[in-house]
Amino acid sequence: MEILLKNLTKKFPNRNKSQGGYIVAVDHVDLTIPDGKLVGLLGPSGCGKSTALNLISGLEKPTEGQIIFGDRDVTDITPQERGVGLVFQSYALYPHLNVERNIRFPLENLKGKDKLTKEEMAKRVMEVAKLVEIDDYLERRPSELSGGQQQRVAIARALVKNACVLLLDEPLSNLDARLRLQTREEIRRIQKQTNITTVFVTHDQDEAMSICDLIAVMNNGAVMQMGRPQDVYDDPSSLFVAKFLGTPPINVFNGHIGDGGLYIGKDRVFDLAGQQRAERDVFVAIRPEGFIPDDNGKLICTPGRIEVLGRDVSILSGHEALISDTGLIRSIVDSDAVKMSEGRQLTFSLKKHKVFVFDRESELRIPFEVRDE
Amino acid sequence: MNKMRALKGWLYLLPAILFLGVFMIYPLFDVFIYSYEEGYNFASSTFFGTGTYNYSYVLRDPYFIAALKNTFIIVMITVPVSTLTALLISLGLSSIKALRDLFQTIYFLPYVTNTLAVGLVFVILFKKTAYSDGLINMMINFFGGSSIDFIDGPYAAKLFVMCLYTIWIVLPFKILILTSAIASVPDVYYKAAAVDGTGSFAMFYKITLPMISPMIIYLMITGFIGAFKAYSDEVALFGTDLNSAGMNTIVGYIYDMLYGNSGGYPSYASAAAIILFAIILTITVINLMVSRKFSVR
Repeated sequence: MEILLKNLTKKFPNRNKSQGGYIVAVDHVDLTIPDGKLVGLLGPSGCGKSTALNLISGLEKPTEGQIIFGDRDVTDITPQERGVGLVFQSYALYPHLNVERNIRFPLENLKGKDKLTKEEMAKRVMEVAKLVEIDDYLERRPSELSGGQQQRVAIARALVKNACVLLLDEPLSNLDARLRLQTREEIRRIQKQTNITTVFVTHDQDEAMSICDLIAVMNNGAVMQMGRPQDVYDDPSSLFVAKFLGTPPINVFNGHIGDGGLYIGKDRVFDLAGQQRAERDVFVAIRPEGFIPDDNGKLICTPGRIEVLGRDVSILSGHEALISDTGLIRSIVDSDAVKMSEGRQLTFSLKKHKVFVFDRESELRIPFEVRDE
Repeated sequence: MNKMRALKGWLYLLPAILFLGVFMIYPLFDVFIYSYEEGYNFASSTFFGTGTYNYSYVLRDPYFIAALKNTFIIVMITVPVSTLTALLISLGLSSIKALRDLFQTIYFLPYVTNTLAVGLVFVILFKKTAYSDGLINMMINFFGGSSIDFIDGPYAAKLFVMCLYTIWIVLPFKILILTSAIASVPDVYYKAAAVDGTGSFAMFYKITLPMISPMIIYLMITGFIGAFKAYSDEVALFGTDLNSAGMNTIVGYIYDMLYGNSGGYPSYASAAAIILFAIILTITVINLMVSRKFSVR
């Protein structure tokens, strides 16, 4: 089922009442979540992604705006009438009930014509338990399960009443690194198999990028950009999105456009073509994989050190115009290309599709064209 | 090395062991021994012989039978009623937002009030004197009933006041425990249940109740033990001569046997004390066995 958020806004009263006013958690969000897709809401903590999820689930009422499931306006109806399944960050499995009763819990609340007999309930529980591969543990209490198994029980519970939308709130954050990889594939598999529209909230961009069909990057209650993970990565619309996606993070420099060229500090890295030649100060952001060690390169850096981490070879270097807490440019290069010797000046040429230019004020992307020589 | 450590451990434990031994363990054994020594005399430390006569005397003593009956009635009425009432009040307190602190304070006040002071208030409320029938009787009269003497009158009336008083005294502590137990149930369970369309009553008996059941069991067990040991509350309402008031309890009977008007029978007192111990032990074991069946984790 397609989910449509129209002008969705949620304001909370300020915690400190004497100050009055509101905190805007979700700020006029318009978003379309296509049917049957796995969509990641991605953003730093406090960006409003969890509030957005709670609004979709119906646990919170929006201050303004509409939520539409398919062709049904669900803005004012209760969570159970919406038919959503929600998986909480802490799973929220009832500790006093065994796995089977936990999964059955939502079915026991069905009333009227939806009411199920004991046998039907047992059948449905068994179906979802098989789907999430937890059917061998039905008699266990949640405390007797591993984190990954608890996660599956939570997903089974969310799916058991044939939910039309599955909502996952930071589903992997309580798992260790190895289990996280395994579980995210599991979530992907279950989503594919059931073809259920799924919204997945996370602050971890690796997670979101690896399994989501689409990601929506949020900041300060607003959706900054939405698209296929690789498209958003390759074509960020703002400095925030560029900085938020990618490990290791993008390198940001103070830059300048003038004299028909793009400057990083004093280094003229590109000659510009077309109209983008008006003098202005900009930010230049370069992905770590956008550097090519080249004796004739235009970007002149101070040499640092080489770091070899498994298959990746990184060159750490410095530049006066770099904006960074560590003061280091991290570039990932081909291992054969590393010929840096200590003490010498280090120069790079840049891959132009890995270089992004942003306005100093609005931090929005400025397209630029390189003049071919 | 290991021996040294063990020795050290015992050394650290020694003060507590000595203290408990002298004031808890030794008296327990001593009472047990007294209860089999016939006609023991404190002053001369002599007795006539040994046997189970003390027990048969106590068990045939009409005052003991009356005390036993009173105690059982108080226990069986006050423990369930007070726990249930405390649960209802705690649920109410947890669901209101405005003035919650005020109400919590009001409900907690009896806990910090002296038993005898509370007893005085109850006597003023319920006692019939030459000048006034008491506040409660005025209300009964207002609704067309006739006055009842709650303090010196019929047994049922006295028992009613006694139970009411006991419940009122034990309520604050139970409310305190249960409100914090309810508050400690993570909110996320209710959210999960809300997504699944659980009604508020179902939320209570499927989530709240099982999650706070360890605390309810704790309150039931300590409540039973406390009620079996009731004495001071009875004194506060009916004075020290509980036998003639017909409101004596087992602990009151033990006290009377040791020091009271009929006093000076430590052997009988010991036998009664051992009987009380046996009753409390049995009830607690049953409680634990029942609660294990319902335990959460």
